[in-house]
Amino acid sequence: MTLNNLNIVLADDDEDDRLLFKEAIEDLKIKTKLSLFSDGKELMDFLVLPNIVLPHIVFLDLNMPKKNGMQCLQEIRKNAALDQVSVAIYSTSSSEHDIEQTFVNGANIYLNKPNNFRKLQLAVEKVLQINWQYHSSNLNLDNFLLKL
Amino acid sequence: MKIYVKFDLNFTCKTILSEQLDKLGVPYQTNGTTEVEIKGSLPPAKYQELAKNLGKYGIQIIDDQKLDLVERIKDSITEMLADDTVQLYKISTYLADKLNYSYSYLSNLFSEATYTSIENFVILKKVDCAKELMAETNLTLTEIAYRLNYSSVAHLSGQFKKTTGLTPSAYHRILKKRMKRHLNNQ
Repeated sequence: MTLNNLNIVLADDDEDDRLLFKEAIEDLKIKTKLSLFSDGKELMDFLVLPNIVLPHIVFLDLNMPKKNGMQCLQEIRKNAALDQVSVAIYSTSSSEHDIEQTFVNGANIYLNKPNNFRKLQLAVEKVLQINWQYHSSNLNLDNFLLKL
Repeated sequence: MKIYVKFDLNFTCKTILSEQLDKLGVPYQTNGTTEVEIKGSLPPAKYQELAKNLGKYGIQIIDDQKLDLVERIKDSITEMLADDTVQLYKISTYLADKLNYSYSYLSNLFSEATYTSIENFVILKKVDCAKELMAETNLTLTEIAYRLNYSSVAHLSGQFKKTTGLTPSAYHRILKKRMKRHLNNQ
């Protein structure tokens, strides 16, 4: 199986964070297509639309209005149509308990929002590289856990 | 005495291409200057022969064969990890012997197509095997390390942590909680 573009979705209510993320991703070698959403409800409404190209990976902020990241995660994991989507939690919380809880609920990646742009780029690059392998090499997505 | 020559590069290339294709003894047809249609299929040996012969003239075949080779690299790595008897080989020697290309060629091609080095992919695969074994068997980490040909448990734990960000025991704990949740939901 070969991939041309990695389809990526980010849901985050903070506009600055969305912009930084977009810039970080645009500079990478990996070819990507990014869609942005400003809250969890907007994202979930999009994911259940018929005939959309499903993202390979969804980045979720935990604290969002209308529907928070944890709710989105649980809905995504209950929906069999979305079982090939990797979920990355993208949050400022670094409590071990929060992190473990998101993994138990089915998240694949926990990415702590880095405090500078360069670190963000490196972290996103690592996430995408590994995610690319999971989607193109018959690796078992159930086993995919990554904490950065 | 001096003589002067003039090239018609287009003509030159076309002639070389036709000569080499004729040598293969396979029916073909050229469409324009850069497309060749081979009637029927070309066995891999002939394909490689053609690629090699054209290479001498600086003519390269562009196609998905490269991606195909990437898949073969991945398959070979998977095979190698599953086979106890070949684990003693170095990965570079193993791949070069098996696929019949130099390791530097394979490694450049792989990085270009997958954004990861072969070495990193091997680590990712090994850690993935360790995860499978943790999920599906009751083997201890020491036994898993031994099976996957790690020199020590510490080495496996270190690679595991570096690749996943989690220690093997944290991973195991999460896995158990996930299964429990799953059972409760059924």
